Order: sequence, then structure tokens, then C-alpha cells
Amino acid sequence: MFLRLALASLRSRKGSVLLTFLAITVSVFVLLGVEQIRQQAKSSFNNTVSGIDLIVGARTGDINLLLYSVFRLGHASNNISWQSYQHIAADPNVAWTIPVALGDSHKGYRVMGTTADYFNHFRFGQNRPLVLAEGKPFSQLYELVLGSEVARSLGYQIGDELVLAHGLGSTSFSQHKDKPFRVAGILQATGTPVDQTLHVSLQAIEAIHSGWQNGVKIPGADHGHDEEDLTPESITAFMVGLKSKLATFRLQRQINTYDSEALQAILPGVTLSQLWQMMSAMENTLRLIAALVLLASLLGLAAMLLASIKERQGEIAVMRAIGAPPLFVFALIQAEALLISLGGILVANLLLISCITVAGNVLAERYSLFIDGKLLTPQLAFYMGVIIVSTLLVSVIPGISAYRKASG
Amino acid sequence: MLLSIKDLRFHYPGDSKVVLDIPQWCLSAGEQVFLHGPSGAGKSTFLKLLAGLLVPSGGGITMLGQPLQALRSGQRDKWRARHIGFVFQQFNLVPYLSGRDNIRLAAHFGGKGDVDAAATALLTSLGLDEKLHRKPAAELSIGQQQRVAIARALINQPELLIVDEPTSALDAKNRDLFMALLGEQLAENNTALIFVSHDLSLSNGMSRVESLQDINQAGRVN
Repeated sequence: MFLRLALASLRSRKGSVLLTFLAITVSVFVLLGVEQIRQQAKSSFNNTVSGIDLIVGARTGDINLLLYSVFRLGHASNNISWQSYQHIAADPNVAWTIPVALGDSHKGYRVMGTTADYFNHFRFGQNRPLVLAEGKPFSQLYELVLGSEVARSLGYQIGDELVLAHGLGSTSFSQHKDKPFRVAGILQATGTPVDQTLHVSLQAIEAIHSGWQNGVKIPGADHGHDEEDLTPESITAFMVGLKSKLATFRLQRQINTYDSEALQAILPGVTLSQLWQMMSAMENTLRLIAALVLLASLLGLAAMLLASIKERQGEIAVMRAIGAPPLFVFALIQAEALLISLGGILVANLLLISCITVAGNVLAERYSLFIDGKLLTPQLAFYMGVIIVSTLLVSVIPGISAYRKASG
Repeated sequence: MLLSIKDLRFHYPGDSKVVLDIPQWCLSAGEQVFLHGPSGAGKSTFLKLLAGLLVPSGGGITMLGQPLQALRSGQRDKWRARHIGFVFQQFNLVPYLSGRDNIRLAAHFGGKGDVDAAATALLTSLGLDEKLHRKPAAELSIGQQQRVAIARALINQPELLIVDEPTSALDAKNRDLFMALLGEQLAENNTALIFVSHDLSLSNGMSRVESLQDINQAGRVN
């Protein structure tokens, strides 16, 4: 009977109730949407690398090393010598290593020189390996494997030939035109910087730079590579997988105090979360804005109900005459507020689900951004709880006004 | 004795002016009293005291052996729902509920269970077509609303029905119909009636006709 009364009361004031309901729906949608995007961004960020115990590069800042080795952002301060790399790779605790040689690009996308171990050992997300959508890993010197976004946005297919540019600008003037590469494989989308990378072998990096000195091509200095030793002199960084996690800190200390070269080892997970921390101000600002939008709409709800109390004086008197205690009238106002708010939450969630379903495909296709439709995370459930409690709190104002009318 | 009043005094909180001062007044079960008096004689205050919406400043009201002032406010609300029916001049119904739901709501507070059948029978006997039972009260004519109000007031079979100027918003035809239907219902249930009105022509057939000024000693120059 109580619920029926509250629903009938709302139905009798369709116009103002509908507008208030829409305001709450939109603001809950904003709040949940921001939260959803924040969580997804965070998890996709934190899942950029996994299964890698250490990243080693020339001594620089932790975050800088992570940025250039994993995110392909910024520049390495220095290279590390092949000898140092070999020395550390030979450590009995090391299970495998993935060398990384950066510095070249193709139409704005970075080229990474590495070995076949990259396809075997690199992990992202929840320990997901790299999978080739088409083709196979590079086996010939002038073969490369494209990240999914590179292939899609530049329209490359298996067998296409392309030319790498020296340096990182998309309009680099010095190109390795004499050594075109053939696309051997295309990776599946990962939602990580891998998608924006062209992978070649370390030897290929060495080969295209033979005949160059100090970053400048010397005409006529090039000669065939057939009998040449293509072992690189240096690489940019390397990733390390250990036999036992227990050795992580010991090896990290060994590398950081390595005598013959200034090296640095970072734990990617730790540094990823440090990097995310730097963005927390932005996160909190977004949350704050969303919370304020919600507060505004809840106050609107309270104002709408408060304004209705005056016209409901007669109805309150009737309820009192037939034996309703003042608390019943108070509860009725609260119930009406709650119904509007619950309706708003419900519709906002439906809206969010449909948006994610529709936009999710587009985001995955265009930006390699994967959003899983997991809506009822404990975090979001907590937010909805807070919305409900806030609704009850703000509707105390019209509730008390109605209670006074009922007792007076 | 259904209702007995002894040394009842009332003044509003924060105002020392005594509004009501009734040394003695009684009502027997099934009795019908026509109460009249000019505006400001304290009629609505008197009715609110009987209903337990106000509490006496002194003395007391005893109904069915229960001193009303001894009840806590929640208990008074229950008492009112169970034992007293009301019909006012207008605005007797929750406007957005149908006639039937208005009756259900009253039954809910009176602690009655499912009253659908009783409500339908009552509304039909009051001359309301079945399709009107489901219409929101606000869409009924005033005459129809007043008839639904009788049904709502009587659904819990109260011992006392209080009506306050119930016909002043009605035309002559509807007024006569209202009075006739009211009489019928009261006779059936042996309900006592306090009928407050200016219109002395409505006092026909009432067991007593009294002026509140005669009962109320407040404001009298001794």
C-alpha cells in the first residue's frame, strides 16, 4: 500500500518528477561513466607489461626508463653495451631476456629491434602472450612484425614492403630507402603500446645502420652483410625474466651497482604504479566534478519535493485524519525521493551498459582500448550505495517540512 | 457511554487565551448530535481534540472507557484510525489515489486486512458506479468525492463519525442525496454522529441539536 501510494503520488506529478529523474540519471551516468573509464584506464595501464621481473637500461629515472622501454615515449639517455647485456643475461638466476633496440621509426610509429624471445616471453594484461593475427615472426633479416594499430592505420598487409626512417619524426629526411622491409606478421590487438610498434630483429637494426656514422649516411660506405657480423654493439634496454622471484631484489641491486657501466634495473609493476600516482590529481579532479554534478541533481530533487509539500497540505491533512502518524508522511517523502533516485541509477546503468557495448567495439577497433563490461565492481556498488544514502540525506529536508505540516 | 468530557480546557501552546472550556459533555453510542455555532467558536479545535490531533491542556476526554490524553501520540493515531471516521467540507481524499485506494489506505491504518469486497459494496451502495471506483479522486465530481469520503470514513466501522460542513460545497440535489445516504449508513452500523454545520435545516432527524457556545464556557463573561 505504501509503495503504491508513493508511486501514485509520483505519477500525479509527472512533469517535475520526470525532469528531476532525468537530471539524476544524467549525473549518475556521469559519475559511473567517469569511474568506469578511470578503472579501465588504470587496469589497462597497469596491464601494459606483465610477467617481466626487471627492466634494465642506462642509468636514468625509474619512470623515464619505463616510459621509453615500454611506452615508447621519450628517449633513452644512453645505450647499454652488448657486453653488459650478455654479462647480466648469463647470470644463473636469469631465465630469459628480451633485448630492446629503439631509435628508428616508420611514419611516426616506433621501430623496435628485438629477438624471437620477445614473442615467446613478453606478456601483457593478465599474463596474456602476444599472438600473431596473421603471418609469422620475422625469420629473414629484412622482415618485420607489425603492431595491430600500425597495420590497421597504415593499411599494411602481409608481404607489403616498407621503408624505415632514421630517428623518430614522422617526416624524417633520412630514410633507410636502400633496405626495404617485408611484413612477415601482424600481431593481434593488445591495447598496449605494442600495437603501435614495428618489430624487427636486432640484426636488422644493425644492418640498416651499417654504413652510417653518427646518425648520418655515408655514401658508398655500405657493403653487403652476407659475411658481416651483425652482432650489435649496444642496445637500448632489455627485459629480464627470472627463474625465481626471490632473486629479484638481489639482481636489481647487482645491476644498480654494476661496475663497468652505469645501469639501472626497475620492477615494472612498481614503476607503473608510481607513474599512475602522478596522474592521481587528474583522477581525483574528475571524480570531484562528477560528485558535484550528482550533488547538484540531488539538491534539485530535494528542492522539487520541498516545493511540492505546500500543494500537498490537503493530502497530508487527509492522511493524518485517517490515522497516519507524522512519521508515515516523512517516510512517504523519503520513499518518493528514493524511487526517483533508484530509477535514475537503474536507467543510468542501462545507459552505461549500452554505451559500453556500442562504444566498446569502436574503442577496441580504433584505439585498441579494451573495456570489459564488468559493471558491478565492488567500487561501483559502493558508489551506488553512497548515492542512495545521499538521496535519503538530502530528502530529509522536504521530509522534515512534511513532518512539521503533519504534526502542526 | 461512548464519549464523555470532563473539565476540558484547551489553549494553544505559547498562547494563554483559553479557547475551550467544557465542564461536562456526553455522547451515547449511536446518538446523533447536530452542533452549530458561529465561526471562531472553537468548532475545529473541539473536533481536533476529539480526534486526538490535539491534546487537552486540562481535564480529559474519555472514549469507550479510554482516556485519550493517556495515549501516546502514535497510539492516538491508531485510535483515530480505528474508532473515528471523518468527513470534512472538501479535500477528504488523497487526490491521486482512486476512490478504492483511498478506502484501502484508511483500512491499512485501521488495521483491517483485505477490504476490496467491502469497499466495492460500500461504494456501490453509495450510488457510485463500479468504473468510478478506479478513477483518481481528483477526477471525480465534488458530490462523488463526498460519497467516497463517507465510504472511507466508515470502512473501519468506527463507533463515532465526525462530519464538518460536509455539504457546503454541494448543490441542493447532491446535498439531499448525501444526507440520505449518510442516514442510511449510520442506521445500519449504529454509528454515533457529530454533525457540525451552520445550516440548521440539516438538523432534521438528529437526536440532539446543540450550540457550541452553550457548551463552551471559554470567553464568557461571568
